[in-house]
Amino acid sequence: MIVEIGHFALALALGVAVVQSVVPLWGVARQDRALAGVGQAAALASFLLVCLAFAALTLSYLRSDFSVENVVANSHSTQPLIYKITSVWGNHEGSMLLWVLILTLFGALVALSRRSLPERLRAGTLAAQGMVTVAFLAFTLLTSNPFRRMLPAPAEGQDLNPLLQDLGLAIHPPLLYVGYVGFSITYAFAVAALIDGRIDAVWARAVRPWTLLAWVFLTLGIAMGSYWAYYELGWGGWWFWDPVENASLMPWLAGTALIHSTVVMEKRDALKVWTILLAILTFSLSLLGTFIVRSGVLTSVHSFATDPARGLFILIILVVFVGGSLALFAWRAPLLRQGGIFAPVSREGALVVNNVFIATSCATVFIGTLYPLALEMITGDKISVGPPFFNATFIPLLVPLLLLLPIGQSLAWKRGDLLGAAQRTMLAFAIAIAVTVIVFAIRWGGPVLAPLGVGLGVFLIAGAAFDLGERIMARASGLPAIWARAVGLPRSAWGTALAHAGVGISVIGIAATAWSTEAIGVLRPGDSLTSGRYRVTLESVTPRTGPNFRAEVARFSLASGDRVLLPVEAAKRLYIARNMPTTEAGIRTDGLSQAYVSLGEPQGDGSIAVRLYDKPLVLLIWIGALVMAFGGGLSLTDRRFRLAAPRRRAAVVPQAAAQPAE
Amino acid sequence: MTALDPTRSGPARRRMTRKQKRLAMLAAGGLVLAIAAALVLVAMRDTIVFFYGPTEIAEKGIAPGTRMRLGGLVEKGSVQKGPGQRVVFSVTDSKSTVKVSYEGLLPDLFREGQGVVTEGVFEGGSSFRADSVLAKHDETYMPREVADTLKKQGHWQPGEAPAPSAPAKR
Repeated sequence: MIVEIGHFALALALGVAVVQSVVPLWGVARQDRALAGVGQAAALASFLLVCLAFAALTLSYLRSDFSVENVVANSHSTQPLIYKITSVWGNHEGSMLLWVLILTLFGALVALSRRSLPERLRAGTLAAQGMVTVAFLAFTLLTSNPFRRMLPAPAEGQDLNPLLQDLGLAIHPPLLYVGYVGFSITYAFAVAALIDGRIDAVWARAVRPWTLLAWVFLTLGIAMGSYWAYYELGWGGWWFWDPVENASLMPWLAGTALIHSTVVMEKRDALKVWTILLAILTFSLSLLGTFIVRSGVLTSVHSFATDPARGLFILIILVVFVGGSLALFAWRAPLLRQGGIFAPVSREGALVVNNVFIATSCATVFIGTLYPLALEMITGDKISVGPPFFNATFIPLLVPLLLLLPIGQSLAWKRGDLLGAAQRTMLAFAIAIAVTVIVFAIRWGGPVLAPLGVGLGVFLIAGAAFDLGERIMARASGLPAIWARAVGLPRSAWGTALAHAGVGISVIGIAATAWSTEAIGVLRPGDSLTSGRYRVTLESVTPRTGPNFRAEVARFSLASGDRVLLPVEAAKRLYIARNMPTTEAGIRTDGLSQAYVSLGEPQGDGSIAVRLYDKPLVLLIWIGALVMAFGGGLSLTDRRFRLAAPRRRAAVVPQAAAQPAE
Repeated sequence: MTALDPTRSGPARRRMTRKQKRLAMLAAGGLVLAIAAALVLVAMRDTIVFFYGPTEIAEKGIAPGTRMRLGGLVEKGSVQKGPGQRVVFSVTDSKSTVKVSYEGLLPDLFREGQGVVTEGVFEGGSSFRADSVLAKHDETYMPREVADTLKKQGHWQPGEAPAPSAPAKR
């Protein structure tokens, strides 16, 4: 019964979403406030209905209701409770439901947002969001219904893919989806602005928190996914330039560019048309990502659903929304009031440079990801574009951007002084050079790029710190005055500095991977294996039984030089329901570094193949991402996002052209 | 770039004119794009590997020493392990077979009779030295290239997916 209620709620949500996408626009056209306000009620209603559907599916999983096909295919009665819950989105149908849930959640948040939005903008935004919701609800109901019954019900389910039975998976997709789907709101705002034909600093200020929110979650989601792949797949790698990873990286890059261009728009009333385009492209890349993941057109280690009908449906959604919004853009953008032009050497000029580099690097990822598909369609040749391609294109574009970042950050708005900015960053640069030289000396004979990368990271961190320091110290003397200035500095200034420092931290972690070492050996109990600074000794191999798996657990003692570290356990698991083996890597964190042990096949004669990695400073990669996300979150609490000028609350009737707020 | 169009009043003396500013922006943007295009083209030439099935290798006359990806099914009974980490197995599409040698740990889901994708160097004849054997996330998943290769050779049974109740292939 509960399953039917869920199904019905989902269908009802589709109807409500249709209302949400049509009525507000009609209201705006007729200048009828009541009709225009329907969008808010509809957005709330569709969110509640999808919530009900999601709750119904979750309940079916909790009760192991094997009369539901989706539960049969992805759950098992012996599964631990937490994985019964995460199974809900550990499969195609359920994750689409989560996707729609987040889509409607964002619509509801916009409807509820107390921040003053011009009513025309709110109505248009909710309508555009409603259209996206209609498309994805229809997709879920027509091609991926999670509520399909299966009669007669089997006695037992087929279990969740063992690789997904992990806490990392419990958090990775929701974080990622909030990011992915969050960009739908910026898209909706852009479409609303195009329909309305007006765009100004008010728009930029309304959009920026949503962009930041989506970006923060996407950052966390990507970092979480990367860490999950690192410890769960047992290959010791953390980024594979796999199409599915690229699918999340592209919206992240475009979103990063968007955050920066909305700043220019908010402060200087410039870059308007570009910002609108970027907002459309960012969500288009999210949709493209969905298409790549769901259609199976690209071979990926992640492979999800490979059903041609679904692929075609999403392709149609992709074409309609990307094509439709770009057509709208081509038609309406020339009508938008143009922004001002500005000096190339200025903060806004530097942010344009940032946008050019990020957009270009995003384009190289796009080409590398989709070129194999295009080539196969044209010539039939199958190729693979792997890490060497991206290392040779993406990284050379990113390095100059990062080198310019601290300089651009210390340029003033309107008219900057390049020489002054260079002088201000000189100290940070000197520190970076010094660190590079020292690291070179310590690691003499090692890879050349690693010390340079570490130097770049230090440059970013020091640049961010000095920029902040300068703003605090500017006209203040004495500790109390400095403290007062530090507290009085806008949160967004702290957020910016932290986010940029976070990039630097990640860069150091990534550079340090060049020093990681790997050793493979066949070990019997008592044998040792050394890699880099770490030495493991196999103590024992013992069988162990889990709730839904059997495991062979190898216990190692671990030492680094004379230092004895805590022992580490690695395992081979066999999940019984699917008869599928997985490798559980043994990881011991040592400061910021990790020793990583992973098992190969037992050799049959009592020995076992073991792979040991020394991963110096590897944790910095994800710590940097956390710092970036924290910086973004801090910016989000900036008072200028919380307190928007209430006087801008205007009627549906066309308001006087809003002047840019400086 | 239209966003940079001027609407403001004319430029002050000694500063760049609007036109010059716009040109400077366009030149900078164009330069970055040109660099990116050059990088992409060079990388395309040097880093891309083609994917072939065993029959294609035989038919296309691939030169020994070519780096490529090879995909197909691991032939039943062909896997020989040792000494040490060395593994030798045959990859087949039922029509042709290529002998693959590999040194290293195999992914969890490497099994006889199942699909596999390897990357390495073709050594001529029908032997292939792999430096990586690609893993998959799911036991029911068949790399698409492998599926296509098998279809081409007329040996694809979609029914190989586990339980008929599972909604298509996950």
